[in-house]
Amino acid sequence: MTQLAAARDLSPLRLGLIGSPNSGKTTLFNALTGLRAKVGNYPGVTVERREGSLNLAGRQAVVIDLPGTYSLDPISPDEAVVTQVLAGEIEDVAPPEALIVVADACSLERSLLLITQVLAKEKPTCLVLTMMDELAARGGSLDTQRLEAALGIPVVPVVGHRGQGIRTLRERLTDPEAWSQPQILPPGDRAALSGWVDSVMTACSAQRPAAHALTERIDRVVVHPVLGSLLFLAVMLTFFQLIFAWATPAMDGINEAMGWASEAVRNAVPPGLLADFLADGLIAGVGSVIVFLPQIVLLFALLYLLEDVGYMARAAFVVDRAMARIGLEGRAFVALLSSFACAVPGIMATRTVPSPRDRLVTILVAPLMTCSARLPVYALLIAAFVPAENVIGPIGLQGLVLFGLYFVAPLAAMTVAAVLRRSLLPGEGMPFTLELPSYRMPSLRLWLSQVGGSAWAFVRRAGTIILVASVVLWMLLTFPRTPAPPDLEPEAAAAYALEHSAAGRIGKAIEPAIAPLGFDWKIGVGLLASLAAREVFVSTLAQVYATEDPDASLREAIRADIDPTTGRKIFTPPTVAALLTFFVFALQCTSTIATMARETNSWRWPAFAFGYMLALAYGFAFLARTVTAALI
Amino acid sequence: MKSNFNNSKPAIRSLADLLPGETGRVAKMPADNSVGRRLMDLGLLPDTPIRALRRSPLGDPSVYELRGYRLCLRRADAATIQITLDKLSP
Repeated sequence: MTQLAAARDLSPLRLGLIGSPNSGKTTLFNALTGLRAKVGNYPGVTVERREGSLNLAGRQAVVIDLPGTYSLDPISPDEAVVTQVLAGEIEDVAPPEALIVVADACSLERSLLLITQVLAKEKPTCLVLTMMDELAARGGSLDTQRLEAALGIPVVPVVGHRGQGIRTLRERLTDPEAWSQPQILPPGDRAALSGWVDSVMTACSAQRPAAHALTERIDRVVVHPVLGSLLFLAVMLTFFQLIFAWATPAMDGINEAMGWASEAVRNAVPPGLLADFLADGLIAGVGSVIVFLPQIVLLFALLYLLEDVGYMARAAFVVDRAMARIGLEGRAFVALLSSFACAVPGIMATRTVPSPRDRLVTILVAPLMTCSARLPVYALLIAAFVPAENVIGPIGLQGLVLFGLYFVAPLAAMTVAAVLRRSLLPGEGMPFTLELPSYRMPSLRLWLSQVGGSAWAFVRRAGTIILVASVVLWMLLTFPRTPAPPDLEPEAAAAYALEHSAAGRIGKAIEPAIAPLGFDWKIGVGLLASLAAREVFVSTLAQVYATEDPDASLREAIRADIDPTTGRKIFTPPTVAALLTFFVFALQCTSTIATMARETNSWRWPAFAFGYMLALAYGFAFLARTVTAALI
Repeated sequence: MKSNFNNSKPAIRSLADLLPGETGRVAKMPADNSVGRRLMDLGLLPDTPIRALRRSPLGDPSVYELRGYRLCLRRADAATIQITLDKLSP
């Protein structure tokens, strides 16, 4: 064996998988590699990196699933990743030695344009044609052997979801060095391409398929001016309901299970620091990660189902005009809507937005949407301080305040999105282009792997950060431990410990900064603790005020609280208005920050989001306090 | 391609003016900038037959059929593409 051949057999063969969205690329990737994909990020960009290993006869191979693209001519840094990977310009990512182009046989004519750009890379290339069964069903045909001759490269037809043709493909993949290569490259000039495409289509005696009759029939309803709009509203309402209400039983179940686990630890471990750490720090931290899973799994189950069927593109088509008003596009809608329940799945749902700029703007404004974690805070403060009187007929003041809080948030999000799109992230770089694929029966296997992959990606990538942050916050609220005077009741002792903890000290240290909003150190501690999750604000206040239950008695306690220096009440209407406003805007959520960091692949954008939202929160809270004080 | 078989001069319009159901051929693409190149990579090459299918319920964008698939474009982007209208279309 020559040295070269020996090296060839030692390092795995690297195969690059290139194809447009909807070409069946993911199905083919799964069919080739099974479910053993390694998922990560390319350095510096938001593009997902997916590689899977493949055992060919006597030869190891790695399949690099390159992001779906219609063109190798990049117009954004994210798209440039494909060209950079092909050229081997990315550190630690060896370039593929051979390329597999995946194309839908029904739209081969369009895919030929991508193929010309791939052939210009002058690497061993083969073409895999998917949906050959659909082509035949629609009365189309093409001669793959003649196509091979016309293009000068191997052509392998497959039916990905049935595994047909995969064996032939695997045999061909063993030896890319032996693949035929085109004698003459297609014209590089786009103006001359139309003729070349026609000549290839004629050469392979392609019978163009008839329009997909079922798709035509379904679209008559799905994008109908009235019926289509109603269907859109119904689907979006289902999304909202799914995350807001239907995920709740599972989330309550997880919280309960975590409660049992804490209890079990407390029973098994002698009281003390270790028991506190395990029960309140670690288990609560793990709980704060997996509590998101019901929402994430349900959101992605519906999202991928509708995507695989072909509806998501129609939904984007229906809502695009409204989104264009704020400088975004239709595909960002689901992400923003989901963020009404929780920004974590919402931010993850921005993966369906292909333009990196639009995706970033959507990620940055998603946390402004009124998520369900704000509700307990609103509920506590409104119940305690807003009089339960009717304003107009049966409409009460409490309900009106809650309504106002809910609706000021999307207005703010839309304004910020429009501003960001015009100032910080301008550019008309990408025209809005959206393919409406033919409706298809979704594949159960593909769907399960997509949903499972999203849930696992969240646990592995954002979950670790959330866990660490929860433990750090627990430590801030626990250390340094100051022994309480022995005569105190347990609740008062807990309040005493909290006051003397690092968090208590930070609360006191930031008091001058939050005093203009009317907040004292106790609210400061609550705000600090609410970084773990907004609703923690309520339980932390309960601890600070040494009340047993965070409901009725906490309401009484905060109503009665008096500032020791001025002798006036802390929670005056202006302060409550400021606090509610603060929660509307502030990014008080480590999980969102962690998810944002993972999805943007940097800490710069979460830091920016935290900063601008804090500035908005402070500014509007001050305004709310001033206006309320003037009105009273 | 010259349309010698047709004596009447084909009307040049923008793609945005193509009504649902009408067909045409791409006559001229916008300048060779990144937007123009991207649209061409999506199949909108000169001489490509294209048919307007329908408009979104809100009036924009519209969906077109070309090269065996359905592509949605906003009015603003479609307006940059010049087409000749097929006289024979229903």
